[in-house]
Amino acid sequence: MSFLSLENVTHHYFTKKNVTRALDDISFSLDEGEFVSLVGPSGCGKSTILSIVSGIMQQTKGKVLLDNHPVREFPGAIGYMLQQDYLFPWKTIIDNVLLGPKIQQKTSADIRKKALELLSEVGLKNVEDDYPDSLSGGMRQRVALVRTLVTDPKVLLLDEPFSALDYQTKLNLEDLVHKLLRQYHKTAILVTHDIGEAISMTDRIFVMEANPGRIAKTFEVPIELRDEIPFLVRRHSKYQPLFDKVWAALNGEEIQKNTG
Amino acid sequence: MAKKYKKTRDESHISAARHRNEKGLKDMKTTKEDQHLYNQYIHDINQERKIVLFWQCIIIIGFIGLWELASRMAWIDPLLFSSPSHIVALLVEKFSDGSIVRHIGVTVMETVLGFIIGTLLGVLLASSLWTSKRYANVMDPYLVVLNAMPKVALGPIIIVAMGPGYGAIIAMGAIISVIITTIVIFSGFREVDPNYEKVLKSFGATKWQCFKEAIFPATLPVMISTLKVNVGLSWVGVIVGEFLVSKEGLGYLIVYGFQVFDFTLVMASLVVIAVFAALMYKIVEKIESWLIKKAT
Ligand SMILES: Nc1ncnc2c1ncn2[C@@H]1O[C@H](COP(=O)(O)OP(=O)(O)OP(=O)(O)O)[C@@H](O)[C@H]1O
Ligand SMILES: [Mg+2]
Repeated sequence: MSFLSLENVTHHYFTKKNVTRALDDISFSLDEGEFVSLVGPSGCGKSTILSIVSGIMQQTKGKVLLDNHPVREFPGAIGYMLQQDYLFPWKTIIDNVLLGPKIQQKTSADIRKKALELLSEVGLKNVEDDYPDSLSGGMRQRVALVRTLVTDPKVLLLDEPFSALDYQTKLNLEDLVHKLLRQYHKTAILVTHDIGEAISMTDRIFVMEANPGRIAKTFEVPIELRDEIPFLVRRHSKYQPLFDKVWAALNGEEIQKNTG
Repeated sequence: MAKKYKKTRDESHISAARHRNEKGLKDMKTTKEDQHLYNQYIHDINQERKIVLFWQCIIIIGFIGLWELASRMAWIDPLLFSSPSHIVALLVEKFSDGSIVRHIGVTVMETVLGFIIGTLLGVLLASSLWTSKRYANVMDPYLVVLNAMPKVALGPIIIVAMGPGYGAIIAMGAIISVIITTIVIFSGFREVDPNYEKVLKSFGATKWQCFKEAIFPATLPVMISTLKVNVGLSWVGVIVGEFLVSKEGLGYLIVYGFQVFDFTLVMASLVVIAVFAALMYKIVEKIESWLIKKAT
């Protein structure tokens, strides 16, 4: 029995002029503690999937179940880091990070301490009293990550969480997030454009195609790579072959689109 | 760090700019030439300010002088247009016997209350519209009509309904700003980026929590900017109210002066209104910049 499952999820966006089928019959399921990634061209519906799984948006067809109940029955159980950071400009960094606990009425000295620890783990020390305006894009993204992690959700949805970071910081954070998720046995979905990131961090990779958004191919990451630190995965002998396969799947789809 | 950043934002203030630059100059190891150019820059700013102030004085002195002269030489009818010296004499008399103080007090009190009630009511109405999309859509045409309507035309009805007293006048000061405040703030609510609500909802926030944490604070700058508009509107409502009720206040003095053909009194009341309206505007402006500093 799976922990999180999508059953034939279809989603339409309506405007007054037209309707877009953003997702077409998406089905997959995750066991507890499993970490999967979504890769695919821009506009294929990755963010749409996350919004639906988070329960913020209602799919037009199909079911999203967490522990066999609709996700909407668990407000706050699913942590969602949006594609842009959306830090509240009128709140200090620490108040931004403690927004989740505040909403869930769980603020305490302990959680504050945890927030400060997480901030320093992602390389942000002594910024807690600053305002988001005075931080760089990469720093803001890390604050948003901490804001999502601090509430300790059952499921984590990360929409391109490292896209604004320099390469070095990105590799370090991949290691950190990978460690945290494994340590606490979290279930998570990662959206990324970086194939290397998908291979090194997650257990399974869904390659998507656009118009309408579908899952084109699924890749299992070899068992040897799964528990390895992401940084070392990139040097593993099994890394490159998988990278090439995912790359081909992504490109094959584009060729199809051009000819179609 | 953020605090420093905020202080240096106030660039129009020359002393702040100078203060900052002195610090900057020390940090940068500037040459003599830099220092000289900087002095020149500050000098130019001060010079410009003096010139502007000079012309402002010329205009007011010229206007008053010309008015006085025209009145004495009977180029204009002194009975209708009075003269600065008569107005000053009347004001001195009215202030020394204290009779005008009560009128000023009444008008200022009515305006301040009208302003506060109108603004608060506008914020409340806008908030209630935000709670339900359908309710907002239903109310939309009524708001448009009410907004287009010249509110002072409601004066007689308000006075009949509330009785000719402070209540009716304060209501006029409030009603004139409440609809436009509602519309401006409600459209501010709607322009807040929906993704802030998404973030909150992902934490399981209720509608009220979304309002409190995102919608309301994000719209604070809009609310603050309505204050300055509303204070001017409230003066209009209150003066017209006093015209109609004709009991007390600066509006009453104008109407009374008009009826007994004492145009010196009319003009003197106008001068007092101008001074107090400008004063109130400045105070609201101060409150506004203080609020903006606090809110951001
Ligand atoms: N609010 C909306 N209204 C209408 N159409 C939308 C809306 N949001 C997304 N879409 C459409 O749905 C499709 C999927 O969008 P989505 O944001 O999920 O893509 P994505 O895979 O996350 O892309 P990216 O990699 O660029 O972030 C796109 O074609 C987009 O135009
Ligand atoms: Mg996206």
